Amino acid sequence: MLRIENLNVSIGDRKLIKNLNLVVEKGETVILFGPNGAGKSALLNTIMGFGNFKVTSGKIFFKGKDITDAPIDERAKAGLGIMSQRPPNLAGVKLRELVEIEIGHGNKPLNVEELAEDTGMTRFLERDVNVGFSGGEIKRSELLQLSAQCPDFFLLDEPESGVDPVNMAHVGNKIQKLLMGDSTCVGEMKEKGKSALIITHTGAILDYVDADKAFVLCNGTIMCSGNPRLLLNDIKTHGYKGCINCKLQSKM
Amino acid sequence: MQASVENVNNKKTENIKKSLEKESEFGSKIDLEMYSIPEETIEVQKLDDLNPEIKDMIKKVGITPDTSDKSGSFMMYNANVSHKSASSDSFELMSTKDAIKKYDGLSEYAWNLVHPEKDKYTASDYLNKSDGYFIRVFKGQKVVNPIQACMMIGMDDSVQYVHNIIVLEEGSELNLLTGCITHDDIQRALHVGITEIYIKKNAKLTYSMIHNWGDTVDVRPRTSIKIEEGGQLVNNYVCLTPAKSVQTNPVTYLEGPNASAFFNTVAVAYKGSVLDLGSRVYLNSPHTKTEIISRTITLGGEVISRGDIIANAENVYGHLECNGLVLDPSGIQKAIPALESHAMDIELTHEASVGRVARDQVEYLMARGLSEEQAVGLIVRGFLSGGIEGIPEELSKEINDIVEKTKDAS
Repeated sequence: MLRIENLNVSIGDRKLIKNLNLVVEKGETVILFGPNGAGKSALLNTIMGFGNFKVTSGKIFFKGKDITDAPIDERAKAGLGIMSQRPPNLAGVKLRELVEIEIGHGNKPLNVEELAEDTGMTRFLERDVNVGFSGGEIKRSELLQLSAQCPDFFLLDEPESGVDPVNMAHVGNKIQKLLMGDSTCVGEMKEKGKSALIITHTGAILDYVDADKAFVLCNGTIMCSGNPRLLLNDIKTHGYKGCINCKLQSKM
Repeated sequence: MQASVENVNNKKTENIKKSLEKESEFGSKIDLEMYSIPEETIEVQKLDDLNPEIKDMIKKVGITPDTSDKSGSFMMYNANVSHKSASSDSFELMSTKDAIKKYDGLSEYAWNLVHPEKDKYTASDYLNKSDGYFIRVFKGQKVVNPIQACMMIGMDDSVQYVHNIIVLEEGSELNLLTGCITHDDIQRALHVGITEIYIKKNAKLTYSMIHNWGDTVDVRPRTSIKIEEGGQLVNNYVCLTPAKSVQTNPVTYLEGPNASAFFNTVAVAYKGSVLDLGSRVYLNSPHTKTEIISRTITLGGEVISRGDIIANAENVYGHLECNGLVLDPSGIQKAIPALESHAMDIELTHEASVGRVARDQVEYLMARGLSEEQAVGLIVRGFLSGGIEGIPEELSKEINDIVEKTKDAS
């Protein structure tokens, strides 16, 4: 579904991603761990095509097509969808208006009211997008927009940040529902499910989604990979130093 | 002079005549000699009796020929009153000339807030004995439906001098809609409008102005507002269609505790036009409050957003906000905020932003599948409509036109 080859990304003179290789298959949910500043958000934003991030070398393939230089809207139309960590305020643009446009782009008979009800955003439909939204409201608003957009691949940047424990269940369950796609059980996900690349610091999202594997990103490079829960336990016990040292050892 | 300026041989008139040479502090110079006051006039019993062509034009500025949902209607065509009607006795609506006659000079209100010597426009307006509307809402009366007033210029090379007076007696409320428009056929014209507004104790005025001047029309309004204790003004200024130049800088005096004034401007400067839009507010009493917010777009013209808040009392609040979008490389945006304090314990703030449509907003929408063009359009539409509450149908069309013109601006 998504294949990244020898990717290098910079902002100005600063190298954010270095020789990164990553593959996410159809129906797979992949977790991305890593300390602050490791390049996790940079990676997601680069996959989506956001402007500041410059690919200096390497390729990004999505559904077999090279999208390294594709415009953002083309990537969205191809099936990529992102939940940003801090989306911008859109003064004067009503949430309802945006969701309706997204539904209009798709070919599914979706209903704004139902989607809003499902994400707990009914009261926010007539509000300006993200203006004055709390942390949890921003996440639910993003989920509402993604429900309308129906991407095949979800790029989720810290879905738990700023969300209180009560809302976390709502957000987490909604994400799992979106990832299930048309599959009726987890077993069918490989065939009918959606793919995802999820950044998490706390691992709280792991209580809700069925993650297949996890990567640890440090200094723009993948340092380790493995079972998401076991990796999280390691990180919680040893921090990221362990991963960095381990990678260094493997190179020696 | 272009009209019958009566010679009154007192010193005041002499001083005012001297002011005919006095240029305005802001705005390009205009030679008043180039314009004359036209004789042509229209008079109708009902706005619905206007000819269809004119009816269509006034609709563009939110004036409805069907007056069933209005408490009162007023229209001035060139220099004369064309129509006035009222369906309520909670207020009086007449021409300013009639009010001056009825109230023996109306010295309490006429030329009390705007001084004829201010500049050549006020002087000329005074000396030409201009007409306009006089609206007085009686004590405690809340006028439920709005009053609408239309100012229309119908002759080439003409100047329209206007003098409006609005008085809200204690505890009264009014929603006033004004629409200013130039006849489609006009090649060149000038509008000079004096407006004096008195908002007395606990009275509330919502004053919305929609403009559609034309790209060969210069506009020089001169407005002053006095608000007493607990009084409130909400002032909406909308100009989405071309004008050659507009220079306005209304002055508001908050003279009693808890008086407040909110200014909201939405304007678009097209190629060749200069919009110099300001607002000056004096917070002269404790616990007074003002917010001056402007949203402007340049499509090649020049926008100057001024704002001055002067705090002369304790515990006052003032906020200035200028949002300027540049959607054409030849456009100019200037934000000139000024805050001035002569007291302690005050809160004065300002924020100003000038630039193109924010890249992160465009990208956010593109990530939702919108094309760049669609994204910019949605943002521009939101920018404009966010500043206009309850957009009249006619303005939606203007906004659509502007969005069309901004397609490549990102």
